[in-house]
Amino acid sequence: MPECNYDAASLPDLLPLYYRRLFPFAQYYRWLNYGGVTKNYFQNREFSFTLKDDIYVRYQSFSNQSELEKEMQKMNPYKIDIGAVYSHRPNQHNTVKSGTFQALEKELVFDIDMTDYDDVRSCCSSADICSKCWTLMTIAIRILDRALREDFGFRHCLWVYSGRRGVHCWVCDDSARKLSVAARSAICEYLSLVKGGEETLKKVQLSDPIHPFVKESLAVVEHYFSQYALVGQDILGSKESADKILALVPDDILFHITQVRKDLAAFFQTERSPTKRWDRLQSLVQKRSSKKAAHAEKEIMLQYCYPRLDVNVSKGVNHLLKSPFSVHPKTGRISVPIDLRDVDKFNPFDVPTISLISEELNQPRAGEEREEGKDGEKEVGEKRKIRDYKRTSLAKYIKVFDNFLDGMERSRKGELLRKSDLQKDL
Amino acid sequence: MEEDTDSFTNRPPWSSAAAAEGGSLPPTENISLSEFETFAVERLKLLKTVETLGVSYVKGSEDYIRKLNAEISNLSFPYRAEATGDKKQQVGATEQEKRRKDHISHFILRLAYCQTEDLRRWFIQQEMDLFRHRFGELASKHKTEFLHQNELRYDTITTDEKTSLMEKLVQSTYSISGASVLEQDIYKVPFQDALDLVRMRKVFLRAGYAYIAHQDIITIVLNDYRTRLSKALALTARSLPTVQSDERLQPLLGHLSHAYVGQDYSVQKNVGKISLEQIDSLAVKSFPLCMRELHRSLREQHHLRHGGRMQYGLFLKGIGLTLDQALQFWRAEFVKGKVDADKFDKAYAYSIRHMFGKEGKRTDYTPYSCLKVILSNPPSQGDHHGCPFRHSDPELLKQKLQSYKLSQAGINQIMELVKGMHYQLACQKYFELTHNIEDAGFSLNHPNQYFAESQKLLTGGREVKKEVDSPSTGQGAPARKTSDTSQGKSGTLTESKPGNPVPAEAEMAEDLDSLFQDD
Ligand code: SF4
Ligand SMILES: [Zn+2]
Repeated sequence: MPECNYDAASLPDLLPLYYRRLFPFAQYYRWLNYGGVTKNYFQNREFSFTLKDDIYVRYQSFSNQSELEKEMQKMNPYKIDIGAVYSHRPNQHNTVKSGTFQALEKELVFDIDMTDYDDVRSCCSSADICSKCWTLMTIAIRILDRALREDFGFRHCLWVYSGRRGVHCWVCDDSARKLSVAARSAICEYLSLVKGGEETLKKVQLSDPIHPFVKESLAVVEHYFSQYALVGQDILGSKESADKILALVPDDILFHITQVRKDLAAFFQTERSPTKRWDRLQSLVQKRSSKKAAHAEKEIMLQYCYPRLDVNVSKGVNHLLKSPFSVHPKTGRISVPIDLRDVDKFNPFDVPTISLISEELNQPRAGEEREEGKDGEKEVGEKRKIRDYKRTSLAKYIKVFDNFLDGMERSRKGELLRKSDLQKDL
Repeated sequence: MEEDTDSFTNRPPWSSAAAAEGGSLPPTENISLSEFETFAVERLKLLKTVETLGVSYVKGSEDYIRKLNAEISNLSFPYRAEATGDKKQQVGATEQEKRRKDHISHFILRLAYCQTEDLRRWFIQQEMDLFRHRFGELASKHKTEFLHQNELRYDTITTDEKTSLMEKLVQSTYSISGASVLEQDIYKVPFQDALDLVRMRKVFLRAGYAYIAHQDIITIVLNDYRTRLSKALALTARSLPTVQSDERLQPLLGHLSHAYVGQDYSVQKNVGKISLEQIDSLAVKSFPLCMRELHRSLREQHHLRHGGRMQYGLFLKGIGLTLDQALQFWRAEFVKGKVDADKFDKAYAYSIRHMFGKEGKRTDYTPYSCLKVILSNPPSQGDHHGCPFRHSDPELLKQKLQSYKLSQAGINQIMELVKGMHYQLACQKYFELTHNIEDAGFSLNHPNQYFAESQKLLTGGREVKKEVDSPSTGQGAPARKTSDTSQGKSGTLTESKPGNPVPAEAEMAEDLDSLFQDD
């Protein structure tokens, strides 16, 4: 891949090109229109834009794809957020009687942000990420995606890289979009295992018997734990980090933590291998295990690896979330869908920046220069846009998006068929 | 409403004011003002008992059940033992009268408690607990009948399915043991109908269905009841203007709604009485621990995340900071950290103005009550908000109290209360210890109340007198003296004024503000 460094100062110059020739408007509209099944579903959707100088405009809405396109090309937003589907057109919210303008539906969304893991990663902190800690996001996707599908029965979960340091999930099923606030928050709580703020050291408490959901999640964590946490983060590498872990082992009468500390310190003197250290810790914990400490090692693994959800984002129907294919102003990276079949291979540093794809667009291309102008004007525009993004590294991510949309369309058709069959039967 | 009257009368004896309610059928008869008031006050008493028992005893435990039954019968609400026909026991009101009172009083309180999010939440919570208790007292046969009457028909799973899911069912559901799986009915219910079980992860979920043991069916019924009741409250709120125009009712309803939730501190009384320089010392002397902590971490880190800004910002507003002061206060602190003045004005100033109702929907935010701090939006990574008695590791809490030089004996008392999950009592103890008094003499339910009580003690009560006389600011409604009669009857009602109903736009406002969460 050609190296192309992004410079935030160039964003105002690059955005017009991006919205004119690269942004996948057709797919985007196809997504949010949801087959046009519900009247005004797209028209009543809120978009909000962040413009130059952090100017924030809420309650934008558009009647169709071409209006959306025109407006975006006019405003060139630095960031696009998607909100709820409202009872009225959001851009007319001031004209309706107060109290009647209400958020009705929205995808069930999840926001997982690497900054929430700062207490358990040693490689980076705050907004920084590296390929080591990215594993946390892989784990998060695997755990949540499984639960959303198998436990909750959702089928259309779109996972998107946020462009900087996290991932978003958009659950797009009909039933998910109609969920009440209470249902959303119940789902979040079901999915949350790591609890507590700065004042809580031990953030995971398991109780007997271990729920099937926790078992399934543990299986995912176990798969990555040794490579990621023991080797990658070297969580037993220093006395300091090992102490942090020992502090998570419940200290009760039967269990003499000081003794364990001594044993371990002695063992660590001679043994450098992270996995051997962990095995030792595990066996010491298990040997002295009291009822309270029965799940200590599982709890440690979960505290270090289990996804941390921003519950507030998921709970509200009218909470806004950054849109797929928005550009992250700081990194210049496009917020792209993640291919779940290949989630282990997804590398945030491979995600194209707006500079890169603009560059790619300017590369001379073979054999298609003089085609324009033959067809009617309108058609050219649409076709050219398709050809345009296909020539950039954005193409493969748009393909993922296309597949996702096809899946939804198939479900919709299936549902229609089922309904009409039902009618025949009656 | 298409509720047919037959099924209505067939419901369990007490259900006229509980089960059906969700659906509605408000009373249509005429009722005298004094009866209206008596009914309402007595139901409030009952709900208050429900609340207190709920924090002092394990819900559903023997003591809890006994005491609640005693109160129900004491206040002459329908009680199961009598309902089954044991007429001799009845001395005072007849069964018929009790039911009527049960029914009517519930609807009066709906009127009083539909006005704001906080009120609704409190009311729904207590009515749900009351309902849970009453449902639990029903015989199994009646429970099933009840399900049918409420159109809660669910499929049971087959023996084959039970066998194949045995292990998972046992691991996920407390009330199912290996042996009992095959014997009892297990219902397959859309997970949306079993949110409480889902939330607590106490049920097996597969493909969107919750597998529920017969014993747990109460949660389904409760869930249904909650949904109906909150819908009904929303409807009631919409019809409220008519009621509010009734001069006899309005003061009474306003009074009722304030009586047990306590003052909401949304009306500022000490505006401008506090200077920014005082805050550091006030934080030590008069802030409850939650606010003291927020203040400390703000000073140390020059930043607070969204949850902390809301909890602390509204508290500060409640103790009397003006908008200008608040802006100055937050700006001064934030610019010491990573945020420059320009960014502050763009990203944070809006949300502070919003808190004061100067931006957006102009919703006047109400400072958070203890209940809200303790129950909603628990702190997560990087957060300092919440209630330290609830959200801190006991070890850390202990250390903190030690560093604040509390006596060991005092700390032990606090930790005992924390262990028993009596967070507000723990906080009250902290108040007593830090103010060197035997008995706080109030029952704590609001951080701003803590502050007011502390100031009252430290400054000899002058401030407070002033508060009582000052007229409530607001849409022209002059402060009304609460009627002496209701005060006398209920005994424990606190002095309060009917405030302005806060528009129920909490969610929208919350959302507006969340735009400015840290990115
Ligand atoms: S009990 Fe209330 S006032 Fe006391 S710390 Fe907790 S939330 Fe704050
Ligand atoms: Zn890293």
